[in-house]
Amino acid sequence: MNFDLLLDPLFRVPFLTGLLLAALLPLIGMYLRLRHEWLAALAFAQMASAGALLAMVAGWPMILGGVLAALVAALAKGLMARAGAGAYALMMLLAWGGGVLLVANHPLAEQAGHALFDGQLYFTGDGHLLAAGIACAVVVPLLSWLSRPLLLGRLFPEFYRARGLDARPRLMLFDLIAGLSVALATVSLGVMAAFALVFVPPLVAYRFARSWRAGMALSAVIGMGGYSVSFAVSLGLDQPFGPVCAVVLVMLVASASLDPSRM
Amino acid sequence: MAEVLLRVTGLVAGYAAPVAGPLGFELRRGEILGLAGPNGAGKSTLLKALWGGVRVFGGHIEKAPGLAISHQAQGFDDLRGVPLTGRELLGLTGATPDGLPPWLAGRLGERLDRLSGGQLQFLRLWACLAVPADLILLDEPTNNLDRAGVAYLADWLGRAHSGQGIVVVSHDHGLIDAVCTRVVEVGA
Repeated sequence: MNFDLLLDPLFRVPFLTGLLLAALLPLIGMYLRLRHEWLAALAFAQMASAGALLAMVAGWPMILGGVLAALVAALAKGLMARAGAGAYALMMLLAWGGGVLLVANHPLAEQAGHALFDGQLYFTGDGHLLAAGIACAVVVPLLSWLSRPLLLGRLFPEFYRARGLDARPRLMLFDLIAGLSVALATVSLGVMAAFALVFVPPLVAYRFARSWRAGMALSAVIGMGGYSVSFAVSLGLDQPFGPVCAVVLVMLVASASLDPSRM
Repeated sequence: MAEVLLRVTGLVAGYAAPVAGPLGFELRRGEILGLAGPNGAGKSTLLKALWGGVRVFGGHIEKAPGLAISHQAQGFDDLRGVPLTGRELLGLTGATPDGLPPWLAGRLGERLDRLSGGQLQFLRLWACLAVPADLILLDEPTNNLDRAGVAYLADWLGRAHSGQGIVVVSHDHGLIDAVCTRVVEVGA
């Protein structure tokens, strides 16, 4: 065990990058859960990982490939809205199949593939931190603006149409920012850590928050707290970040005594 | 004479094929129109057609310019587990809490899943009723309401609402008879 590494300046950028994303992803997850679309986060993450691998093989920046693939996924989600979870499953299968084939047939992709699935957060650099900072600065105010149409879409789906308005452009915008945020998190934190941060904090917040506003704050706090503990444990015990993050967050759910049948 | 909000002539509506109509009426501000008829007559379909929620196969709907419509639909999504308060719910539609019954007004700060089924239904109804709209469309508003809710709704509708026009679809003949200024029969 070596917890002195926590104070090493080498790990500051990775830690801050992950911390920003750990605050942002649960906010996205609150609305995905509201819309019964939390599985879309895993589809976005899988698509982003496949896109990142493809970009690397093509000699492009991985982050660009991840983001472009997530944009395609967000667009597909919008076009296949009626397919619901079926569309997400198809995207996941496609991304998984493509990603594994790349890993199996390209030596460089093999290493990067392990990094994406294990969640090698410690390899993130200034570019990731900058992207995460920009994402937070753009997505948080956008989410605030989109909150009302997203909530109305679940509670009063006819609200806008009865007033002669079309809410679809705003809902599509949410798909885009969700896809981009998850893509950025995937290439920084890994597939399952990104998904865990979208899924678990809102699960707890929905159970315990006294209002929507409090739920948003609580989910971000849980995300940042769970992430920080995971970061410290994985670094101190020299374990891959992704699995540690997933286990820590699931243990949080278990300790909160949530009823699995209501998830 | 009050402004005409809605003039409907020979309205036939449905989904893949026509299922309801023809229907004709005129609604002015301050009026409460009841749509009555047997089950399966297509009352809810016709109500939806008034704002474009279903396909119109025939007839004509003439609306006052800039008409703002609020529609209370039957059947709501299950909100158990969603951390939303009553105050936040009303804020979404822009509904005012002024005029809420006392048994609900004091509970607006609580999560919706802490309210009884009847209270939650009334709050959802109120979120569509107490809004800045010219025309309010109510589809079976007494469904899932408890007796206190039905009584309060009838009392509220029974008061003058000169600024709005209201169309009510209900199987509750007591409510229709008590609050509607006019009733139009929809054939099976």
